[in-house]
Amino acid sequence: MTARVRGKETWRSLRVAVWLGWQVESNWTDPFLFAVYSVVRPVAGALILVFMYLVVARGGLENPLFPYVFVGNAFYIYVGAVLMGISWVVIDDREHYGMLKYMYVAPLNILTYLLGRGVAQTAIATIATAITLLFGVGVLGIRIPPGQVDWGLLAVALVLGLSALAFMGLLLAGATLLTARHNFFIGQAVAGALYLLSGVVFPLDVLPPALQWVGKALPVTYWLEALRRALLGEGGNEALRAIPTGHLLPILAGSTLALAVVSILFFRWAEGVAHCRGLLDMQTMY
Amino acid sequence: MQAREYSIETKDLTRVFRVKRREARGEKREITALDRADLAVERGELFGVLGPNGAGKTTLIKILATLLSPTSGTARVAGVDVVANPWEVRRHIGMVSGGESSGYGLLTVEENLWMFSQFYGMRGADVRKRIKELLEVVGLADGAKTKIYHLSTGMRQKMNFARGFLTDPEILFLDEPTIGLDVQTARTLRAYIRKWMDDHPDRTILLTTHYMYEADELCDRVAIIDQGKVLACDTPAALKRDLQEEAVFRLKVEGDLDPEKLLRGIAGVHRFTHAARDGHAQLDLILADENVLLPVLSGIQGTGGRLVSLEKRAPTLEDVFIRLVGHGLNEGGDAGGASEPAP
Ligand SMILES: Nc1ncnc2c1ncn2[C@@H]1O[C@H](COP(=O)(O)OP(=O)(O)OP(=O)(O)O)[C@@H](O)[C@H]1O
Ligand SMILES: [Mg+2]
Repeated sequence: MTARVRGKETWRSLRVAVWLGWQVESNWTDPFLFAVYSVVRPVAGALILVFMYLVVARGGLENPLFPYVFVGNAFYIYVGAVLMGISWVVIDDREHYGMLKYMYVAPLNILTYLLGRGVAQTAIATIATAITLLFGVGVLGIRIPPGQVDWGLLAVALVLGLSALAFMGLLLAGATLLTARHNFFIGQAVAGALYLLSGVVFPLDVLPPALQWVGKALPVTYWLEALRRALLGEGGNEALRAIPTGHLLPILAGSTLALAVVSILFFRWAEGVAHCRGLLDMQTMY
Repeated sequence: MQAREYSIETKDLTRVFRVKRREARGEKREITALDRADLAVERGELFGVLGPNGAGKTTLIKILATLLSPTSGTARVAGVDVVANPWEVRRHIGMVSGGESSGYGLLTVEENLWMFSQFYGMRGADVRKRIKELLEVVGLADGAKTKIYHLSTGMRQKMNFARGFLTDPEILFLDEPTIGLDVQTARTLRAYIRKWMDDHPDRTILLTTHYMYEADELCDRVAIIDQGKVLACDTPAALKRDLQEEAVFRLKVEGDLDPEKLLRGIAGVHRFTHAARDGHAQLDLILADENVLLPVLSGIQGTGGRLVSLEKRAPTLEDVFIRLVGHGLNEGGDAGGASEPAP
């Protein structure tokens, strides 16, 4: 009985949160502005880095590093979108809309609610990533022949990696419950660290050994490695070459699971502290 | 399961806020917002909590609505401990805070309400009907399709009021639901609260207010709180009856007089408040009995004051409060206080 009620509440929270997230994201009076903001901006961001590689670093299109950088940047669009999409809800609901307390008073599952609120941003990021990849293939001549893509690996890796990012978002949401003021900086710091340590633009191999180990503990690293292997045929990280593709997904799944456990425990703990200190309806007016 | 005798029951409920040294600037660093409060609200009651600014009303509601944990003591809502099992409590309650403008600005009034009904698993055409009904009650029927960032603060508050009643919760917490609304709207909302209770005899409302009239008119029972302490708890009639032995007078006096100096010395003046009103002093007195009026009047004459009017009043909850605390509901406290709107 209780389990059934809980299950229903969990599903409802997710469903309504997805709807609300979409309303909040897409309810722009001007569809053109909406497209510019949510698609063109991230695509441009990814491409700027690619052109920096080409012009500033004088890297060539033929250099094997180029597809590596390109794919890493395209999928990195997800990192900001999912991380901020989920953690920003705490600030939005609590401080801008004054609704977080009513969410807490209602019989909903706050975890699935937060994850659901991130779905819209994730969907928009998918469009941006796809456009970036198409641009790379069509204009910059990156070779991703559809016949040689490992679609199964791509799909499973994508789902697992997005889950990992979502749980990082939850981790960040927990931190945001406690320190609203610093959300933006914490978010930037986490995104920046991932950029550096997960092999987004350069292989892990160039990092000092200690940081390589940190990179190897992050699910995002295996996620990008799996995506590159699926799309380009090889991952490009010497440090990970020894791991056969068949092992990559279980490692990604395992590290995602570990992250899920940690982030849920952390979020519940943060919630407890917020409950004690009266932060659930805090208005910092910042 | 515990026997569910009371809808809401608190024992020794205490909440202490620790203020960071940095923010406290050398003042005392702990604020006792709620001080060993014992309350028991029966199912079906419309229970009022009356107290001035900073009395601890919102703190009480936050604890009962599972938003804040108590420092010590216990609270049970719908028979469930709010600390041990907040998830279960949330299935039984609803909450509305007045004086704020919450809601998703990009959604319409209707969408805001609909979304909320979905969190409670409400289904079908009933929801639309109920939303329409409530919007008519609060006078927002024409604005149903308006995005709420176009609404005034008061209109948003009306929407929030509707949201509270939308799910017909078993126990509803209303934190100053009419604060800041115009007189006519406040009256309409009070009437609806009463009607809803009459239509749903098994529901319970806990309402906080610092308008004594609201508590008096609306509530079955009222707890008077100040500085976190429950000072009295009874029906409005019974609370006022305690003052029946005493005599309550309102005097208007012209001339230069120091009420403090004048009244302190007279035996039998239990409590008094004074305020300057259009050019003369208005004194509200609670006297041991009518005979005490004589020394008061001669005292006024002695200082050269002139009596403009004299009225014997039936005691109000304000007088009860003054008798308990020593100052009026809307004076004294640090927040200055709003004046009571006309009923
Ligand atoms: N988060 C907090 N941190 C520190 N002190 C607080 C906090 N919340 C409330 N207080 C203090 O607790 C006391 C009670 O506050 P509370 O908000 O419960 O009063 P109230 O009766 O609702 O007043 P009002 O009529 O102004 O709404 C006040 O002295 C207030 O300053
Ligand atoms: Mg309050």
